[in-house]
Amino acid sequence: MNAPLTAADGEPLKKKLAREQRLKQFKAIALVAPLGLFLLLTFLVPITSLLFRSVDNPEVVTALPHTSQLIRAWDQRGLPSDAVYSALAEDLARAKADGTLADASKRLNMEISGYRSLLMRTARKMPLQLAAGESVRDHFIQIDERWGDPDHWHAIARNAKSWSPYYLYRSLDLRENKSGVPELTPVNERAYLSIFGRTMWMSLWVTVFCMLLGYPVAYWLANLPKRQSNLLMILVLLPFWTSVLVRVAAWIVLLQSEGLINSGLMALGIIDHPLQLAFNRTGVYIAMVHILLPFVILPSYSVMKSIPPSYVKAAISLGDHPFAAFWKIYFPQTLPGVAAGALLVFIMCLGYYITPALLGSPEDQMVSYYVAFYTNVTINWGMAAALGSLLLIATLALYAVYSKLVGTDRLSLG
Amino acid sequence: MLPNYASPVEKLWYWTFRLVCVLVLVFLMSPLLAIIPLSFSADSFLVYPIKSFSWRWYAEFFGNGEWTHSLKNSFIVAPAATLLATVLGTLAAVGLTSSNFPGKSLLMTVLISPMVVPVVIVGVGAYLFFSPLGLTNNYLGLILVHAALGVPFVVITVSATLSGFNTSLIKASASLGANPLLTFRKVVLPLIAPGVVSGALFAFTTSFDEVVVTLFLAGPEQVTLPRQMFSGIKENISPAIAAAAAVLILFSTTLLLTLEWLRGRSERIRTAKA
Repeated sequence: MNAPLTAADGEPLKKKLAREQRLKQFKAIALVAPLGLFLLLTFLVPITSLLFRSVDNPEVVTALPHTSQLIRAWDQRGLPSDAVYSALAEDLARAKADGTLADASKRLNMEISGYRSLLMRTARKMPLQLAAGESVRDHFIQIDERWGDPDHWHAIARNAKSWSPYYLYRSLDLRENKSGVPELTPVNERAYLSIFGRTMWMSLWVTVFCMLLGYPVAYWLANLPKRQSNLLMILVLLPFWTSVLVRVAAWIVLLQSEGLINSGLMALGIIDHPLQLAFNRTGVYIAMVHILLPFVILPSYSVMKSIPPSYVKAAISLGDHPFAAFWKIYFPQTLPGVAAGALLVFIMCLGYYITPALLGSPEDQMVSYYVAFYTNVTINWGMAAALGSLLLIATLALYAVYSKLVGTDRLSLG
Repeated sequence: MLPNYASPVEKLWYWTFRLVCVLVLVFLMSPLLAIIPLSFSADSFLVYPIKSFSWRWYAEFFGNGEWTHSLKNSFIVAPAATLLATVLGTLAAVGLTSSNFPGKSLLMTVLISPMVVPVVIVGVGAYLFFSPLGLTNNYLGLILVHAALGVPFVVITVSATLSGFNTSLIKASASLGANPLLTFRKVVLPLIAPGVVSGALFAFTTSFDEVVVTLFLAGPEQVTLPRQMFSGIKENISPAIAAAAAVLILFSTTLLLTLEWLRGRSERIRTAKA
C-alpha cells in the first residue's frame, strides 16, 4: 500500500496543494474585488435603478393613499362607491396641503388630458361642505361632471399601485384598455415604435456602409508590405484617435451649404445650387460611417493578417479563377472575424446620440436622443427610463450574442 | 503585386480596387485636413476660401475664459479618471489572469460592459442615482463615471499583455526572497508597463472625449472641453472651434504616436522572449 505523499512538515501534499490553490483563488478575487465594487456603485447600481424607474409609479399612491386603497376593491363597473368619493375628498384636502398633488395630477394628466385642471379645481373646493341629504358622489359630480365618468375613475384605479407597466407600454406604442390588456394606441398617437425602427434601420445602414468601405481597405492593408501598411494604417488610426466632436465639427464645415464639398462641386459645374448634405440623414450617415469605420477596419485587418496567403495561391494554381479563389477560399475565412466586427459596430450605432443630435434633423434622431430629451427637457423620468431600458435590453442581448461569438477574453483593441 | 501577364480585366480590377481603397483613406482623413487651415483664417465664418492668415482664433481659444476654463476642467477630470481606472483595472487584470475561479468569464463580461452600454443610459442612470447623493454638479461624480467608462480598456490591454507574461519569473523572484509586493513592483510592472500605459491612454481619451455623461452630470463649473465644443457647435459655430479642433488633432496625434511606440516596444519584448 502506498503511503500518501507528504510535505516536509508531514502534512499530506494533496491537502496542502488544495489549500495553496484556494489561497491563490482568494488572492485573485481580492485583486478583482476593488474594481468590482467600484463598478457596482458607479455603473451597475445606477443602471439597475434606472430599470426600476421605468416601472416606478408612486405619484397617485403617494398623493391619494386612501382612495388608492379603496379603489382596488372596486369591481370596475359603473361608478365607485360613496366611500371612495369620501376617501378622495379626504386625500385631496391633505395632498393640497402637503404638496403631493402636483405630481399626481401631472401623472393622471398623461392618462386623460384635462385631469390636471380637474384635480386642481376639485381640490380647491375641499374640505367638503355637503348640503343636508346630499351624497358625496352627487356633490363631486356637481363640482365637475367628469367625476360621474367611469373613465376618470379607471385612470385612478390603473395607478393605484406603486408600479405600473404604463411607461414601458407607451415606449412600445401600447396602452392598457379597460380590462387591463395592452393594445396598440391609435395610429396618430404612435411614435416610439417608429423611433426604434428608425434606430435599427439607421444602424443597419451604417454597418453595411462600414463593411462595404472597410473590408477592401483592410484587405489592401493586410496584403501590403509591412512598411507601407504601417504607414497607411496611421491614416486609419489618426481619425480614430481624434475627438468625435472635432470630427463632427469638421463634417459640418465640409458638408454645409457653403461648405467645401458644395463649393467644390459648384466650381466644377457639376451642380448649380448647393446640395443639402448636413442637418439631414445624409450628414448623419456620413459622419457615423466616418466615426465607426476604424472599428471595422482594425479587427478585419488583424483577422486577414492571420490568414496564410498560400491557400488562395494553391486554389489559383489548381486552376481556380482569382475571383473565385477569393470568394470560395479567402472570404469564408475572414467571415467570422469580420461579422463580429460588424456586430460590434451595429451595437455601438444603437446608442448613438451626439452625431445625430448635431448633424441630423428632428427626423434623424435615434432612441438615445429621446432618452436625453425626456430626462432634461420634459423631466419625464419614467419615459426616459422606459425607453432607456428597452434600448439597454436590445444592446445587452446583442452583446451576449457577440461575447458568445467572440469571447470577451479574446477581445483586443486594434 | 500585379504580375505583368495580367489580363486587362485583372488590371482594371486591380486599379479600381486600389482607387476605392485610396478614396476611403481620403474620406477618413479629409475632415481632419479640412478643419485645420480654417483655424488660421481671419474670417469670422468657417468657410473657404481663406482670405487672410491670422492667429486670432488661437488667441480666442487660449484667451477666452470659457475655453480656458473648459480646457482646465478637462485636464482635471481626465487625469483623475485615468488614474482611478488604471489602478483598479490593472489590479483586476492581474487577478483575472493569475487564477481560475468560478464565474470568471461572467465577471470579465461585466467588467467590459461599460464599453457597450449606450452612454446615454450611463449618463441618465448616474444622473438620477447621483443627484440625491449630491454627486451631480461636482467633479467627483464626473470623475467616478468617467473612470467607469475607461476601465474596460485598461482591463483588456493589461490582460492582453499579461497573457504573454512568463509566470516563472514570479516564481524566480519569490524563490530569491522577494515578497509579492516587491515582485509586482520590480518584475511584473516593468514588463507589463506598455500594456498599462496604452490602457491608460485609452482611458484618458475616453474621458477627454466624453460629452454625453458630462451633459448630465456637470454643472456650469465642470464644463469640459468636449462639452464646450458641443454647445459651440449647437449654438454658433465660430472659428474658435476650428482652433480647438486643431489643438485636439495635434494632441491626438501625439497620443497615437506614443501608443504606436509603446506597441512596438511591447512587441519587441514579446518577440525577444520567444
